Order: sequence, then structure tokens, then C-alpha cells
Amino acid sequence: MKPPKFDYHAPTSVDEALALLARYGGDAKVLAGGQSLMPLLNFRLSRPAALVDLNRIPSLAYIREEQGRVSFGAMTRQRAVEFSPVVKARVPLLAEATRWVAHLPIRTRGTIGGSIAHADPSAEYPAVLTALEGEVVARGPKGERVIEAKDLFQTYLTTSLEPEEILVEVRLPVTPAGAGYALEEFARRHGDFAIVAIACVVVRDGQRCTRARLATAGTGPVPVRLRAAEEILERDGLGEAALEAAARRASELVSPDADIHASADYRRHLTGVLTRRALTRALGVARG
Amino acid sequence: MADLVTVRLKVNGVEREGRCEPRKLLVDFLREDLGLTGTHVGCEHGICGACTILLDGQAARSCIMLAVQADGAELMTVEGLAQDGKLHPLQEAFREHHGLQCGFCTPGMLMTSLDLLRTNPTPTDEEIREGISAVLCRCTGYQGIVNAVRAAARTPGGSR
Repeated sequence: MKPPKFDYHAPTSVDEALALLARYGGDAKVLAGGQSLMPLLNFRLSRPAALVDLNRIPSLAYIREEQGRVSFGAMTRQRAVEFSPVVKARVPLLAEATRWVAHLPIRTRGTIGGSIAHADPSAEYPAVLTALEGEVVARGPKGERVIEAKDLFQTYLTTSLEPEEILVEVRLPVTPAGAGYALEEFARRHGDFAIVAIACVVVRDGQRCTRARLATAGTGPVPVRLRAAEEILERDGLGEAALEAAARRASELVSPDADIHASADYRRHLTGVLTRRALTRALGVARG
Repeated sequence: MADLVTVRLKVNGVEREGRCEPRKLLVDFLREDLGLTGTHVGCEHGICGACTILLDGQAARSCIMLAVQADGAELMTVEGLAQDGKLHPLQEAFREHHGLQCGFCTPGMLMTSLDLLRTNPTPTDEEIREGISAVLCRCTGYQGIVNAVRAAARTPGGSR
């Protein structure tokens, strides 16, 4: 047997799942798609007393367009996101980013809520949530609360979710028609975690940029919103010089760590290069 | 010993049942409890893809899923490809185009390629490469596998 022993529960409702989490008082882990948690269990790096498996709660899997946003049940599979016409039309950055999330067999099981709650700083979905200024809904013993992207990610693999809370929904605002978007990523092999990735959205009005959004993956403990680079574009427009200045500023805004995959300097360099590429491609997509 | 759970599922069209601990991985359940050793155990953490099976028609890693989670599901493993002693067109193509040497990754390559062709029956070479990048092969250099998948895509029934 590879994983250590645990009590296994497969509740059929969120209320039942919450009761189980409360009963174990922080010693239980929520099992969503399992594409990160199961490897941790196989290596015995994680030894929870119990697993609360959300896979038998059908009400947690949906994609709905409502009130200017698209809402995703936390257990919506990445594969469902990838092939959703609603996502493609309304949140195209997410559709593009999904193709970078590991491989199709992983996306069969992996979920949007699981990826965000796991909060791997190299993962694509946290960067997209940050760039789009999305939010998540958490449900716990005291009821529901909404957490904005900027308040969600605390540090490596750590969110502001309480141990007795479950992330039940992800909400992303609809991207305005005609807006440009792109996700640029550098990884050693397709499907690996990003060494650096940049998620970007630009809304243009002629040469003017009315809104720019830039967020990173792989440049530190949490996704970084590149606000000062966005401001350059919103102030100076979308000409070559502004794009160049924004990319340069982007690389100054991150303080990445070095690890076995890349040095801090290389990640900073990539941040600038990928920001430039993402903006150029986003402008190609944008109309107006 | 922890409490055992009963797992009932359909594999390659046949109803099967077994009892195991909840922590048992699906790949180990297939091999040890059901005797279906065609699905291989490689890295055991979702990287190499050797253990890929079809879960309710979609490719998934059986080493990072619990057997108990597959209760009620319909699975297809590499044993389900050949029909009446006749190889599946994908298997024929792998043989014809040197899509394997040692054979360790082959069950995963075949099931991943089948999902790829069902999702996208006319893939470009780039899409084939992206698709099979989900499985690691240390023998072929991948070129033979790309050729095999491309050939299977052009064969009637290649994605059945």
C-alpha cells in the first residue's frame, strides 16, 4: 500500500462534508480531483487522519453564466472547462490557460476548485484568478463568505481558507467582447508546471488602453499582480515603447526564488520576456 | 487492518467486484485484485502515464486515484482494446510503425492516444505530440509513436 492509512468518507452533500471536517477538527483533508493530493499521499508527505472526498457531490459541478460573471462549481473538471463553449466565449483567458494545465488525462480528474485551493504558485489557475480579479466562495460552519483573489493566496500552498471550510465556487467576471487576452508560459516540457507564466487581459479603445491586467505564476510564493506595469499601459497606451516599458517594469516587480528548475535572475528575465509576448499576442486578439 | 470496502465496477464490459482498503490505488486494485496486469505501474505519482486507463470514457491516471472512487464506474484498460483476437487499429499501427520497444509505456500510450483520437479524430502532428506528451517513453524517441497515431487516425475504426 502506498498511501498511509486514513478514514475515508464520500459525503453526498456539502453540509455532510462540512460536518465531517468539523468532526476531525483540522486533521482531515478535502479530496477534490486528487491530482496533487494523491501524489503527496503516495509519497506519504501528507498523512491526514481522514479524507473527505467531494467526488460524490454532484451539485458541486457546474458552469453558469450569471450577472456578468461565470460561476464554476468547485468540482468542475478542468476538462469540462477546456471544452465549455461558455468559457471560450465569456472567459477566453481561462480556456487558453486550461490547455497549459498538465495533460488531458490529468484534466479529466483535476478540478478548478482543487487547483485554486491547492495554491501551487507555479499553477495557471491561481494566476488567471488573480489577473481577472475573480473571487471564490467558501462555505464553513459559520456559513458562506466570498474571498477575493488578492486575499486568498497567503504563501506556498497556503490560502486564507480555514481548515473547516470548503471552497465551493469560483467566480470570474465576463471578459468584455473585443478585449485582448493571452497566457504565455515557459516550461521545460509541455504539461510541466510553469517556470514562469504571465496571464494578461487588455481592453483597448483605439491606441488607448482602458484596462490592463497582468499576473504571474512561478515568481514567488503567490501569484503576483503587476499593477505598476499595468499602469504604464493605462497611462501611455499600447505603442511599442509602452509595451517595452511595461515589460521592463514587470521584471522589476517580482522577487522570485531560485530552485532546481531556474535561478531567480532567470525567472525575473522570463517575467519581462513573457509579459512582452503576452501583451503583443493579446493586442493581436483585441479589437477596437 | 482498516475496514474493507466493496468496489463494484465494469471493466472492459464485464462486471467486476472486489474488496480492498480505502487507501488502495486503482492501478493496484486492477492488477492485484482483478488480475488485469496490462495496466502498468510506473512512477506512482501521476507523471509517467504508464497507468493511464479510460474512466467513463476519458483517459485518467489510475495511480493517483483510489479504487473506492471508481465504484460504479465504467473502465477500459489495454486488455479491452483487442476484439475477438484481433488487434485494435491503434495497436496494429503501433506494431507497424515501431511505436514501442520495451513495451512498458505502451498501455498508457495506447489509452492516451485513444482518448486523443476520440476527442480529436484528425489531429495535426503538433496535436499528437501535445497529446502523447502525457506519457513518457524511454525507448522510441517518440517518432514511431507519432507515426503510429497519425496512421491510426487515418484508419477506419482507429478511434473506436
